[in-house]
Amino acid sequence: MSKKTYIQAITDALRLELGSDDKTLLFGEDVGKNGGVFRATDGLQAEFGEDRVFDTPLAESGIGGLSIGLALEGFRPIPEIQFLGFIFETLDSIAGQMSRERFRTGGTRHMPITIRSPYGGGTHTPEMHADSLEGYLAQIPGLRVVTPSNPYDAKGLLISSIRNNDPVFFLENLKLYRSMKADIPDEAYTVPLDKAKVVREGTDISLIAYSAQVNQSLKVAEKLEKEGISVEVVDLRTLSPLDEETILKSVQKTGRAVAIQEAQRQAGIAANVAALIAEKGALYLSAPVGRVYAPDTVYPFGLAEDDWLPAEDEIEAKTREILNY
Amino acid sequence: MDNEKPIVDFSAIRDALGKDYEPVQVMDGQAKVIKPEIVSKYSNDQLVEFLKLMIWERTLHQRSNALTRQGRLGFYAPTEGQEASEMASNAAMKRTDVMLPAYRDIPQLIQHGLPVYKAFLWSRGHVLGNEYPEDLHAMPPQIIIGAQYVQAAGVALGIKKNGTPDKVAYTYTGDGGTSQGDFYEGMNFAGAFQAPAVFFVQNNGYAISVPRRKQTAARTLAQKAVAAGIPSVQVDGMDFLAVYEVAKAAREFAAAGNGPVMIETLTYRFGPHTNAGDDPKRYRTKEEEEPWFDNDPLIRYRKYLTDQGAWSEEQENEYVEQVKADIKAAVKQADDAPKQKMTEFLGNVFEEQPQNIQQQITEFQAKESK
Repeated sequence: MSKKTYIQAITDALRLELGSDDKTLLFGEDVGKNGGVFRATDGLQAEFGEDRVFDTPLAESGIGGLSIGLALEGFRPIPEIQFLGFIFETLDSIAGQMSRERFRTGGTRHMPITIRSPYGGGTHTPEMHADSLEGYLAQIPGLRVVTPSNPYDAKGLLISSIRNNDPVFFLENLKLYRSMKADIPDEAYTVPLDKAKVVREGTDISLIAYSAQVNQSLKVAEKLEKEGISVEVVDLRTLSPLDEETILKSVQKTGRAVAIQEAQRQAGIAANVAALIAEKGALYLSAPVGRVYAPDTVYPFGLAEDDWLPAEDEIEAKTREILNY
Repeated sequence: MDNEKPIVDFSAIRDALGKDYEPVQVMDGQAKVIKPEIVSKYSNDQLVEFLKLMIWERTLHQRSNALTRQGRLGFYAPTEGQEASEMASNAAMKRTDVMLPAYRDIPQLIQHGLPVYKAFLWSRGHVLGNEYPEDLHAMPPQIIIGAQYVQAAGVALGIKKNGTPDKVAYTYTGDGGTSQGDFYEGMNFAGAFQAPAVFFVQNNGYAISVPRRKQTAARTLAQKAVAAGIPSVQVDGMDFLAVYEVAKAAREFAAAGNGPVMIETLTYRFGPHTNAGDDPKRYRTKEEEEPWFDNDPLIRYRKYLTDQGAWSEEQENEYVEQVKADIKAAVKQADDAPKQKMTEFLGNVFEEQPQNIQQQITEFQAKESK
């Protein structure tokens, strides 16, 4: 066991998988000598050589297409898209190509690609560097969308994603990169894909969240505990496809739910969670499903982002509202 | 001061761009041999095989056209006029090379190893048409213009990393495709990685209705490779031997580790863009079409070989009948394909089924067993 930050846990996973499977290739913009703009790939080129860890020309669609071609030649590509806001340049390679390949070829070809990309607000980045675009990605059949909320899951989920034979979009939360530390095993281990986790048991209400919002939800749960309110927190971990069983089981137990996301309200993950509960768990409920989200505007400029992002007090207020409904 | 000459003469630079490209030609439209040293490399028997490839593609086109009109095929992009460009470029590649075709490249895909009935199933929208055996080294036909170019760069880099000797990735797009970002990104990546790729641009004059001259201010499409540091060439796309020789040289260059090559074939789409309602009369004139029709790629080698006494009308008729019979058998085989099932679709989304897929498989199993 060693104390590792979220980003160190990611580097750890990459190092272990590059070391254990010589078909893995890590590439993207600035991932080589520079070790990535956040240092997630720090030291990996020195350790594994330029053949395995390499910089690409600056073109996201090229990176996506390159991944597909390499997968066809038997490799296990781990491309990085430097910021999630840059995926629009390569959406065809993701939504139009790699996620369709197994289906399109009747299961005779597959694309074991893990695209890593940082996202999430609160670190005062320029425009298009912080947006939560997971809702776009979640509608793509054949693509898994995975995002960890802590160092342990970051390492285990990334290893599972790399070893999976289908494309995974692996979202790394920018704000969590260096703000969280935890003791994690030094060796390789996996955390299952397609499985949510009850990170805190409770009986009065379920807060269903992911990524940085899990930590905010846990703080709200601790605060309400002092008032005798028992809050359960579910970390989705895989955003698409959803772990319906874990969500429904939690709501069956508590009878109340709040779905939380950092993204704008329209057509997001929280809407999927609310729809699932309405479709399959409505009779468990003693109150409507609450949602916490950002306003339906474009992600605002740096100085306003703290006002725009869903904060702990908004989660707390919504939790109380649903509890007292 | 105003009359002083500017430090750079941009007009002169612009006027010189692409001027050094001269289409390679071996035999002209009247079957006059331009490069006898090339023609003499081939026996008449070999040339007959080349001619037969073009006759095969023309017959496939004619039958596909008819079958589409009868509603027996689905999506079909006519290939008439592009037989030399398509058959010669593909014949110069090896069957161990990886082909990344677009939707007008079905004839090459068949010659690369795709059974005809599977090509027909693809046209109809049956997934069996895309189920390729391990030893068919190709991607299914690409629909998104240019996407195959970036993927070809990846395949080529994979070949290089695997250290596979004497193997290249080759891909096709059209004149319209050269306007896509992916076209340049693919060439640039392959160039930056010095990967063994051969990029073909079949300049058939039109992107649906938009003529080549409206796609770009560039004098040639071949010169677009220059910006990526890739050698390129223009070739008479109606001249089988010219395309074949150029493609063969490009393949050897790339396979030897010299990096990628780009080839622009000058050809013409005799028919509409697809059989789904496109009418070329809306956007081009008879006066423009006729010289191209006279330049039909089948004419020159047929005439040359007939003059040599190596080919006759009877031989051609006999061969066409044989091709038609093969196509008829393929249609029958396609007709026999089983009906597609929703449960099979669902089973091919992921390798390990998540809950939503499992639930939907269960739902459809109940419906399908009724």
